[in-house]
Amino acid sequence: MTETSLTTETLVEKPPTIAELRHGIASGVISAVELAEQYYARIAAHNPLLNVYLALTRKQALEQAESVDHAAANGDPLGPLAGIPIGIKDVLVMQGAPSTAGSAILKNYHPPYDATSVTKLKAAGAVLLGKINCDEFAMGSSNENSAYGPVRNPVDTDRVPGGSSGGSAAAVAANLAVATLGTDTGGSIRQPASFCGVVGVLPTYGRVSRYGLIAFASSLDRVGPFAANVRDAAEILEVIAGADSNDATSSPRPVEHYAAESDKDVKGLRIGIPKEYFAEGLDPEVRTAVESGIDKLKAAGCEIKPISLKHTKYAIPVYYLVATAEASANLARFDGVRYGHRSASATNLSSMYRLSREEGFGPEVKRRILLGTYALSAGYYDAYYKKAQQVRRLLAEEFLTAFAGVDAIVTPTAPTAAFKLGEKTDDPLAMYLADIYTVTASLAGICGVTVPCGATASGLPVGMQVLAAHFGEATAFRVARAVEAAQTT
Amino acid sequence: MSANVSIEDVERVAELANLDLAADEKPRMQRDLNAILEYIAQLNELNTSGIEPMAQVSDLLDAGADSGHGVALRADGLRPSLPRAEVMEEAPETDGAFFKTPKVIER
Repeated sequence: MTETSLTTETLVEKPPTIAELRHGIASGVISAVELAEQYYARIAAHNPLLNVYLALTRKQALEQAESVDHAAANGDPLGPLAGIPIGIKDVLVMQGAPSTAGSAILKNYHPPYDATSVTKLKAAGAVLLGKINCDEFAMGSSNENSAYGPVRNPVDTDRVPGGSSGGSAAAVAANLAVATLGTDTGGSIRQPASFCGVVGVLPTYGRVSRYGLIAFASSLDRVGPFAANVRDAAEILEVIAGADSNDATSSPRPVEHYAAESDKDVKGLRIGIPKEYFAEGLDPEVRTAVESGIDKLKAAGCEIKPISLKHTKYAIPVYYLVATAEASANLARFDGVRYGHRSASATNLSSMYRLSREEGFGPEVKRRILLGTYALSAGYYDAYYKKAQQVRRLLAEEFLTAFAGVDAIVTPTAPTAAFKLGEKTDDPLAMYLADIYTVTASLAGICGVTVPCGATASGLPVGMQVLAAHFGEATAFRVARAVEAAQTT
Repeated sequence: MSANVSIEDVERVAELANLDLAADEKPRMQRDLNAILEYIAQLNELNTSGIEPMAQVSDLLDAGADSGHGVALRADGLRPSLPRAEVMEEAPETDGAFFKTPKVIER
């Protein structure tokens, strides 16, 4: 527990909830400026070891905090996140600092616009502290693929925080932000939240605008929050969700009051437990922790129903075909012409493209571009890409069928607790299997919340994944909140 | 789909993807692609004939409870785009109005 021994004085010693902070700021007990300064002091103390923040946006954060304090002093209405310090994953563009996506190819890229989720946080009064480290272009499960060095897990600094939003999870775990935004394409919010012992949310595809998210796999990419507790995560989602004319796949459905919904009783809810998620490959300590969480749901009055999702084992192959195929197309935009790195060794247009990309992309990004290009190339398209899309439909329909009989599905979030830095870097396939319980929901477009449900004997956090049907966030929050409430009593 | 990627396949795919792999990267990529494709080959166990490929989740939602999802096109009206000067600031080489590249046609 390296991080908890390195405490600084003051308000942020014990992670406050958003509701507590909001009340303190509105009543003038807490100054948003002082709060931001205290978070910057914590960042200055802990970031050299943890490597969470890639850039700080101190000037604009303090300006925002000042205007919140001013409004509070005048008794003006405050936004729902007024003065709340929040960090942003570096694949989301935000003006005032470089947006690198963890890649050398975007090293000094200063975006000329904000992502919609960032705009919404600002409008709600949030104080955006800076940009947070992640795997390059969100490709990875350990945060070791960042061109700017790995993030360390605050719970055990010899271990990875998970990925790709490892920095966003670690920031909340180490209280270097009250909440953060991350992105999830195959598990990139849920798996690091599980590894760091925090709450992470995968919203339904279309629930949160992807505008300003540097694209990895467009049919899978989602933006979602990390927080120290379920209610805070629900509050953030409430702010960032909603239709956006800049993202045609964003849903016009009204946004629910997730925080209020999360407090509702779970009595009578039907919880499906898919046997395929408790089979070979699941660490026994993780299994025990998740089963204890299920027992708590049973004690709270949920009906526990064994179910089967028999195509589960095909999800990793399908995911790594669909995601890499889409990535190979999305990453074609990095060509050294309009923004990003251009090779100094180029002699003609063709060598400019090839050398700029060779110098700018890291090995995992190249591996995925190659795999995706291979799967889409003449002669292989039907065997790989089309086949994967067909099985994707089977996986998605299997979930729809299951949700006709249950309100939520509970599984482990990851097969193991956090692994050691360097443990899987030489074996891409072993790394891919860290996503084995998360990619299914990504492919089906459904939503989920991961909530801490226990720990291993050595104190590593274990997360439970609560999945709900499309736009069933309220139910997922409710079940996750029940598990959380049972932990703390 | 039998996975047997040769060094020549790696080179061909790299060329298609406009990647100029260093000599020592090629065998590593060959090894990794073969391992991953071998794992992927288990999809062959499934008979998928007659199943419509699913490219987007909106396919699924349109058929179900969320009809109209994903087809919310914005009004086709004029609106300002990003200021040219700000966009051009990010270009590796520009004359302020255009992106500059090495010669496209050589002779």
